[in-house]
Amino acid sequence: MSERIELRGLEKSFRGPQGPIRAVRGVDVGIARGETVALLGPNGAGKSTTIDMLLGLLAPDAGSVSVFGRAPQQAIARGAIGAMLQTGGLIRDLSVRELVEMIASLYPKPLAVAEVLELTGIDGIAAQRTQKLSGGQTQRVRFALALVSNPELLVLDEPTVALDVEGRRDFWTTMREFAARGKTVLFATHYLEEADAYADRAVLMANGRIVADGPTNEIKAMVGSRTIRATLPGAELAALRALPGVSGAERRGEAIVLRCADSDAAILALLAAHPQARDIEIAAAGLEQAFLELTSEDPAGEAEAQAAAKALGA
Amino acid sequence: MNQLLYTRFELLRTVRNRRFFILSFGFPLIIYLLVAAPNRHVHDIDGTGLSAPLYFMIGWASFGTMNAMVACGARIAAERQAGWTRQLRISPLSPRAYLRTKVLTAYMMALISLLVLYVAGASLGVSLSAGGWLGMTGLIIVGLIPFAALGITLGHLFTPDSIGPAMGGGVALLGLLGGTFFPLGHHGFLPELAQYLPSYWLVQASHVGAGGHGWPAKGWIVIAAWTLVLSAAAIRAYRRDTGRV
Repeated sequence: MSERIELRGLEKSFRGPQGPIRAVRGVDVGIARGETVALLGPNGAGKSTTIDMLLGLLAPDAGSVSVFGRAPQQAIARGAIGAMLQTGGLIRDLSVRELVEMIASLYPKPLAVAEVLELTGIDGIAAQRTQKLSGGQTQRVRFALALVSNPELLVLDEPTVALDVEGRRDFWTTMREFAARGKTVLFATHYLEEADAYADRAVLMANGRIVADGPTNEIKAMVGSRTIRATLPGAELAALRALPGVSGAERRGEAIVLRCADSDAAILALLAAHPQARDIEIAAAGLEQAFLELTSEDPAGEAEAQAAAKALGA
Repeated sequence: MNQLLYTRFELLRTVRNRRFFILSFGFPLIIYLLVAAPNRHVHDIDGTGLSAPLYFMIGWASFGTMNAMVACGARIAAERQAGWTRQLRISPLSPRAYLRTKVLTAYMMALISLLVLYVAGASLGVSLSAGGWLGMTGLIIVGLIPFAALGITLGHLFTPDSIGPAMGGGVALLGLLGGTFFPLGHHGFLPELAQYLPSYWLVQASHVGAGGHGWPAKGWIVIAAWTLVLSAAAIRAYRRDTGRV
């Protein structure tokens, strides 16, 4: 039995009002058993479509999916996958405990229902009918339904969207506990912080493609960077690039723009080397901006994104 | 894996839906009592050879059981809209098992509906042999198969908002044309047409109860044909629906 999850050459288009929308355009990812991987990207990047294909809910136009050596439907039939989809409600007229028991009964080796209720913090509402829950409670119950199946692979599609701050923290703590049992976890998110804090590895998606794939700290350095902009005529770009904390430099007229992994170190080094620098601005390159840079249509940006992806072993 | 437990919870949900539960049995019961009680001494209604309490008992039982079967479609439509169907598609529960549970639940509701009408009929003087009660019930159970397929089809084609009229209208039309509400007589176009409807043969099960013969070959063929056609429609609707979801 293969110990990996393999997505190879996945493509999917949907019919849209202005012709086909290419939601996923050639996605290749391999995940080893026991890894916790974040699928990171802005809305519309193709994360949910990719997840639907991984789960066998959607047939790819091209490419293949293998979950520990099996097709998704086979893996699901054996109870190897548990998932919390991005949308979805609960059925009514059952208590929370009964609903979790109902789903548990479908799996070959479920976790104990009482344990899951406690793990997900819903033991207090176990007797309540499902139609009387708040949004956050519903989300916790949906998490419990995914966990109780005791899957080898846990898939979570933007799981914390309906949760408040405390709910999020509890959620990720539980996810970590579950992953620590040697389980494989894949979660989609558009928050860099979530990927950084809770995943070993992040796969960045934008416009239906993977633009970077690597350990979260590297991804964070790449897209979570700050930029320093300063007016500095005549500076050597190569020398600027060599400054500590600087990962890239370019010239815009009289100004220079430094992309920094560590902007604190970079600004000190810049001012030490070039005390004449003026009009200094330090800005956070948000995730959206980083994605834009990584996926911009101009050839330089594209090449840079590819080089970055290559450097990270994508 | 324990699908019995799953089915048990499904039954529990149906019973807990009180309004649905009470209305499905209460409505046919009340109309039956209103229609049959004043005619309780009519021994041969409209030349059918059946007493009025027996004819209307089976008529309203047919109506109640048809509704009970088709109602599985409403539950499917609601679960589709809630996204629950997707949740189940990523579980080891096979689509076959899912639909089987829905049909089983529908049959349970249908049998309760039947029982309620039988008790009401007996209270109005319907008295049959044990074999008569059982034979009649057996034919009705067979005659309801196409309605299970109809429910599944509607459940995958309609939304919870639009399925009500589709179900109510469909069952009322089939009931009216099949002689569920009143005998159709022996002459003209309507009695001829009725013989090609599954609802007609549900009502005809009453002849077994009165000691007569079961369905002729035509009845079995009509039920089999409706079952085949509606099952094909159900499979098509299911595939279309899940291919897109």
